[in-house]
Amino acid sequence: MADILFAAWLIARKDLAIEFRTRSAFFSAVIFALLGLVIFYFAWDPTAVGVTDLAPGVMWVIFTFSGLLGLHRSFGVESEDHAIDGLLASPIDREAIFLGKAIANLIFVAAVQLIAIPSLVLFYNLPLGDVAGPLIVIAFLAAVGLVAVGTLFSAMAVNTRLAELLLPMLSLPFFVPIVIAASQSTAKLLGGRPMAEVSAWLKLLVAFDIVFVAACTMAYPFTVDD
Amino acid sequence: MSSTISPSGVPIVEVAELTRAFGARQALAGVTFSLAPGECLALFGPNGAGKTTLLRVLAGLLRPTSGNVRISGVRLPGGAPARSGVGLISHQTMLYEALSPRENVSFAARLYRIRDAKSRVEDSLRRMSMLERADAPVRSLSRGMQQRVSIARAMVHGPQLVLADEPYSGLDDSGARALTALLGELRSAGTATIVVTHNLIEGLSLATHAAVMQRGRFVRYDSVDRIDASSYATTYREAVAGG
Repeated sequence: MADILFAAWLIARKDLAIEFRTRSAFFSAVIFALLGLVIFYFAWDPTAVGVTDLAPGVMWVIFTFSGLLGLHRSFGVESEDHAIDGLLASPIDREAIFLGKAIANLIFVAAVQLIAIPSLVLFYNLPLGDVAGPLIVIAFLAAVGLVAVGTLFSAMAVNTRLAELLLPMLSLPFFVPIVIAASQSTAKLLGGRPMAEVSAWLKLLVAFDIVFVAACTMAYPFTVDD
Repeated sequence: MSSTISPSGVPIVEVAELTRAFGARQALAGVTFSLAPGECLALFGPNGAGKTTLLRVLAGLLRPTSGNVRISGVRLPGGAPARSGVGLISHQTMLYEALSPRENVSFAARLYRIRDAKSRVEDSLRRMSMLERADAPVRSLSRGMQQRVSIARAMVHGPQLVLADEPYSGLDDSGARALTALLGELRSAGTATIVVTHNLIEGLSLATHAAVMQRGRFVRYDSVDRIDASSYATTYREAVAGG
């Protein structure tokens, strides 16, 4: 297990170094997130819909689609000059490749969230108060599930001619349960509902995370071993 | 038809009746050979003969459909341990263009858990005369320089078996000389090598054994010191013409 985690961290560090150099996917995701916020803001009638009713939906639509931009890039860097062959021929387990990619994607999504959440609070004048901590927990748990599913489908889609189309088509149906749990728990949190109501959705998120991370890690080797 | 190479020592590679199919197409149709430490097999044949497929199976990138493959005694697909002693030079450079040659080779060295990684990386880059450009992004290098980095990457962990698929492509004279010297050193140190090439003279000068592949089989296999160059060239031309 230590070997797998060591190799996964090496791969994650390498992916983040590449993204730090190029910044192509990160800037695209951040610009998409900010544009989404602005568009939703100008389409919003505050007299008809309260901010705590609107914000959870806006937040999770933005995170879901901006995350896809990074997920597509994840295995895209491996297809240039068949770098993936170098990874597959090296003495590391296939699971380490998946976990490394997932860790890098999680940091990518978290970095986008780090900019998008404060922007959302600022734009919509959200009364965060003492719910900032639980909101970060929800964002993290949802990101884990989205990244696990998205990383697997990114690996499957990368060698197809329609990778940009195929990744969202495959991923989005599996994102639905995570996004429902995340947006419901966010809505209850921002709506000032009791923590017991929030924690029920949080437990569901944790359960989805465990299932998706385990299933996707085990499934990944089948996507590369012809 | 299959061919057998009699091993002259404990084999690093043992391949027995290896087949590999892609759907209905049989890319490898019963390949049998073995390679002892220090031996080098030059593999010739027309496009689509199965040369690259054979190398990809030996590198652990493809699973055999049937047959038996052992690398240093470990049967494939044998997971990570079977791949630890193999160095692969491919058609593609397998490099990350946004990273520098030093970063690419260091990354490979760490994946192979090399202890003295830093000095091995420097040594590997020096052998391929890439120290001067070691910190430039790979995307800014010429195709030949990228190939040199790719070779440095494949050799950094001191492999027991080198699989080289047209390793001279893109290399200038000095790069080709460096590669030939490196392969010679590795052979002296007991590394087994399989080189796929379309250049008969180049291949035969490197090899201890030579084989011609056609439609997934060895149609000819010889020890190089027994080869008559003109008859070999004829077999090769016939194989290429036959596809």
